[in-house]
Amino acid sequence: MEKTMLVQKKLTSRERRQKLWKEIKKSKVSYSMIAPFMLIFFTFTVLPVIMSFFLSFTSFDMLQAPKFIGLDNYINLFLNDEVFLIALKNTFILAIITGPVSYVMAFVFAWLINELPRKIRWFMTLIFYAPSISGSAYLLWQLIFSSDMYGVLNASLINLGVINSPILWLESPQYALPILIIVQLWLSLGVSFLAFIAGLQTVDHTLYEAAAIDGLRNRWQELWFITLPQMKSQLMFGAVMQITSALGIASVSISLLGFPSVEYSGHTIVTHLMDFGSTNSTRLEMGYASAIATVLFFIMLGSNLIVQKIIRRVGS
Amino acid sequence: MIKKKELKKPLDLTTEEQEKMVQDLKTQELQWYKEKTKFKKYRRVRLSRSLGGDIFVAIILIAFGMFSAYPLIYTVCNSLKGLDEIFVFPPRLFPRNITFRNFVDLFNLIGNTQIPISRYFVNTLTITLFGTAGHVLLSSLCAYPLSKHKFPGRHLINQLIVYSLMFSAAVTAIPSYMIISWLGLIDSQLAIIIPAFGFTLGIFLMRQFMNTIPDELLEAAKIDGANEYQIFFKVVMPLVKPAWLTLIILLFQSLWGTDGGAYLFTENLKPLTYALSQIVAGGVARTGTAAAVTVIMLIVPITVFIINQSRMLETMAHSGLK
Repeated sequence: MEKTMLVQKKLTSRERRQKLWKEIKKSKVSYSMIAPFMLIFFTFTVLPVIMSFFLSFTSFDMLQAPKFIGLDNYINLFLNDEVFLIALKNTFILAIITGPVSYVMAFVFAWLINELPRKIRWFMTLIFYAPSISGSAYLLWQLIFSSDMYGVLNASLINLGVINSPILWLESPQYALPILIIVQLWLSLGVSFLAFIAGLQTVDHTLYEAAAIDGLRNRWQELWFITLPQMKSQLMFGAVMQITSALGIASVSISLLGFPSVEYSGHTIVTHLMDFGSTNSTRLEMGYASAIATVLFFIMLGSNLIVQKIIRRVGS
Repeated sequence: MIKKKELKKPLDLTTEEQEKMVQDLKTQELQWYKEKTKFKKYRRVRLSRSLGGDIFVAIILIAFGMFSAYPLIYTVCNSLKGLDEIFVFPPRLFPRNITFRNFVDLFNLIGNTQIPISRYFVNTLTITLFGTAGHVLLSSLCAYPLSKHKFPGRHLINQLIVYSLMFSAAVTAIPSYMIISWLGLIDSQLAIIIPAFGFTLGIFLMRQFMNTIPDELLEAAKIDGANEYQIFFKVVMPLVKPAWLTLIILLFQSLWGTDGGAYLFTENLKPLTYALSQIVAGGVARTGTAAAVTVIMLIVPITVFIINQSRMLETMAHSGLK
């Protein structure tokens, strides 16, 4: 390490530039291979983030050129927009509950089914993973939470004698967040769940044997001292997936609770963003919507980076 | 320079030596695969555990399995019930008289639309096939140098890809719409296909999987005189088959369910999901038909997953972030 540092210091900046240029020329083939994908990646992922950042300081309606207005969008967002504050609160409540719960659930279920015989494991994986690939099948929760007495939940509760008249599940603000949490958890055993199952299968098994000889008493010790540290990288990947989806809840809310939901009870940052920035909405306040998008971007990135730091400490 | 060329030429090897090299390569590959599949055959040692604990675990798994499967089973059952049975009180899960009327109704409704349903189906198929194929090809072509070559900027690009996993598409929706409209792609299926090529989770998984290919395999091919593109298509691509099947599953799901959203306006460009959602919008009387629609849309991604589960898990084993 020190040696290379010394060598680098001795090179003048010009020499270094020449060296870099040489390396770039040498890697022509590599660049030609990454070019097509990178072009699309930059156009549809990197560039939009940058554009959104700059548009957030403007007033822009897609028809006239954007006009620079400084921090006005952000000031309005945090000081004058009560609905945004509701959305912010809802998003945090949803994320703080569904994020960790779904994460732990994904890991615990992966861990539990890992020891089952292969065929049962295969079947359970399918059962747990199916909801997240079922596309718009979450719409059927509408039938379950339906507000008349034919809704499955109402009918069962009436039948059991718990309630006398049907409850307006989807129209009552106090049930909005619990319903969203249930449906979101139902949907949440996705890619990270698969990553955990796969990760558990690749843990070095000789370690378990060695540890058993060394005197590990029970499965909890085994889990904490061997399994978790071995799976650190999958744990981090899973965290990213769960956090991002927990903070991005929107379509479930819109299709179950309506848009906007009663008293904004199911309003999240993303639905607020759609309200101002979707081309179907009549507002077309793209500058303002970009400010919301930028805030969301930093919340997502920030919470991901913090959680990464925490997980990195597991088992050490 | 001359020395290098001499090295690359395999000609001065005798046929026997060449065959031996090919054999070596094959045994190497075989060993690599054995390493990867080893875990499947392993039975692991069990630490002391109680019968009570086992029962507890079984109960949890069954309870959550029911929670997970119930809505899906309910839909399948509903699609096989007549309207009178769907709205019976108290509700029953399983149909008493199995009827396929909902599916028949669905096909009749489909037959009466102005634009034949086959048109919508072809649209969905076009979007899904081209989007998925393009993504798999471009992302693995890009993942190969990112994983195996050293060139300036590689580290930065890898970082960017990891960071881009950390925010959802909602963040970029507005500027993406603007870019697509600048490119003149509005009201064209390309507006959905081309952005799908840049699916970041896909390239991330592909790169992680390629990291596990031993460098010796690639070097051996290089000595045989193959150029980078030949190595990519002949050595790398066959080895990462589980990874591209995973990418296909992941992207297939999202493209299969797309409804065209803000990008498609012309009726005969719209995908199947859109057409079916119009049928479902018919209200309470269409509850049974709606269930039939959901079942049909559900069958495809779940079948694809059933077929490919083990390969998908093989890929996900290498999904880790450092």
